[in-house]
Amino acid sequence: MKKFPWSRLYLALVFVLLYAPIFYLIFYSFNDGGTMNSFTGFTWDNYTAVFEDSRLLIIVLNTFMLAFLSALAATAIGTFGAMAIYYTKQRSTRNTLLSLNNILLVSPDVIIGASFLIFFTMIGSLFRNFSLGFMSVLLSHIAFSIPIVVLMVLPKLHEMNDSMVDAARDLGANNFQVVKNIILPFLSPGIIAGYFMAFTYSLDDFAVTFFVTGNGFSTLSVEIYSRARQGISLEINALSTLVFLFSMILVVGYYFISKENVSRRVRKNRKKREVTDLQ
Amino acid sequence: MTKIRRLYAIPYMFWLVLFVIAPVLMIVYQSFFDMNGQFSLINYQSYFASGKYLTMTLNSVWYAFLITVITLLISYPTAYFLTKLKHKDLWLLLIILPTWVNLLLKAYAFIGIFGINGSINSFLTFTGIGPQQILFTDFSFLVVATYIELPFMIMPIYNALEEMNPSLISASRDLGANSFETFRRVVFPLSLNGVKSGVQAVFIPSLSLFMLTRLIGGNRVITLGTAIEQHFLVTQNWGMGSTIGVVLIIAMFVVMILTGEKKKGGKK
Repeated sequence: MKKFPWSRLYLALVFVLLYAPIFYLIFYSFNDGGTMNSFTGFTWDNYTAVFEDSRLLIIVLNTFMLAFLSALAATAIGTFGAMAIYYTKQRSTRNTLLSLNNILLVSPDVIIGASFLIFFTMIGSLFRNFSLGFMSVLLSHIAFSIPIVVLMVLPKLHEMNDSMVDAARDLGANNFQVVKNIILPFLSPGIIAGYFMAFTYSLDDFAVTFFVTGNGFSTLSVEIYSRARQGISLEINALSTLVFLFSMILVVGYYFISKENVSRRVRKNRKKREVTDLQ
Repeated sequence: MTKIRRLYAIPYMFWLVLFVIAPVLMIVYQSFFDMNGQFSLINYQSYFASGKYLTMTLNSVWYAFLITVITLLISYPTAYFLTKLKHKDLWLLLIILPTWVNLLLKAYAFIGIFGINGSINSFLTFTGIGPQQILFTDFSFLVVATYIELPFMIMPIYNALEEMNPSLISASRDLGANSFETFRRVVFPLSLNGVKSGVQAVFIPSLSLFMLTRLIGGNRVITLGTAIEQHFLVTQNWGMGSTIGVVLIIAMFVVMILTGEKKKGGKK
């Protein structure tokens, strides 16, 4: 086309808008002036400050451990939950289960946080040794990550050929073997995608954690919130750069995993087409 | 198989009952108690009687509406142009990538950008307008909220446009429609489902962005979320907080009904 590419210009503008604040943060993480206003000189000081701040490092470690554990538990529960939904015979029950599953995905964080706070306080009044802290945060992270795992695994179940299960059964496999050797391996791409999503949900969450965390336990988001309320410290910039790089690595990893899934599916379709062509 | 199925579904069912159904019921239950733990309707009474809460709700809905409209206006062309690009998947990934950066970090970046000595203000000083108070205004809240919600609007619209059968456009052109007419009568109606889910994904969270109103809005904008956080964590009036929570849940259902897909009815 000879026309000036307005659409390209518009897209470029949107991309600049989307990335400017992030790169602004990263840029000033190298500033030795101590503010985000004027760049006075290049320095690594903010990064060394991050690595010397043991409180911050413990919080980072806690955040990742929390994400790791909650994603693991959510993936286990969610995968079997997806199977439970898939194998529910009655259509109306299945639809009810699915809409119940999606409630936590659409409800605002504040509602989830507030209702979990009421819930955990009630548990705390029943059991003396339960108090708000790591346990309540972990439980709520597991709780809000389960639905996304279910949604990631369910399409894979629909894709699965049910006669595979029948064949395994005919060949003498018991229930445990069917799940372990047939169903789970087939679902693994969906399970991995679900784990990734649960992991990032947990890393990203602020509102729910803010509600259910007690005094002793803090995650990165909560820490950033309380520091940002006090004003600007370039240590946060350095930290956010590191977090950004880490999520880049995660995204690229996730991209390749999902790409492999797609190509496998394409290959399968192609095979199917070849089969029908032959007939 | 049925027996073992019931066994492995137990944790999931536990989760469904304990973390999905019970909390919603509890928030409704809690809303009927006053500060002293006595059963009463005082929370609902004060919600409807004092104009304070009603104006706050209207305000919150109005801001959420503004955020949704602005993101929609920016997102629709973006999604439309994206579908015309060559390496679509990669570009879409670049749109999604910012959502993986923690929301608070993005808000924090804007504290620097909008600050009284920040880059926007140095630019304004440079052009001769002089520094303005940008941070802690309604304007900054709108900008940051829009910025954060943008990818959540672009994605569903992009998906809807991608799903569309391209031969429909050719058919419309063959039948003599110009490109504007094709867009108005074919492309836009077909992408409406994407727009609806985008609106749903943006409007509901916009009602509850309490961290932005604190960090960026400087408590000038009070959303429903801010009020809930205030009542639960600051004034410890859980009854009132739950009442506002119930209002927020109702608002959520209204939005979902309004933007729900009517696929079932159409097919039968």
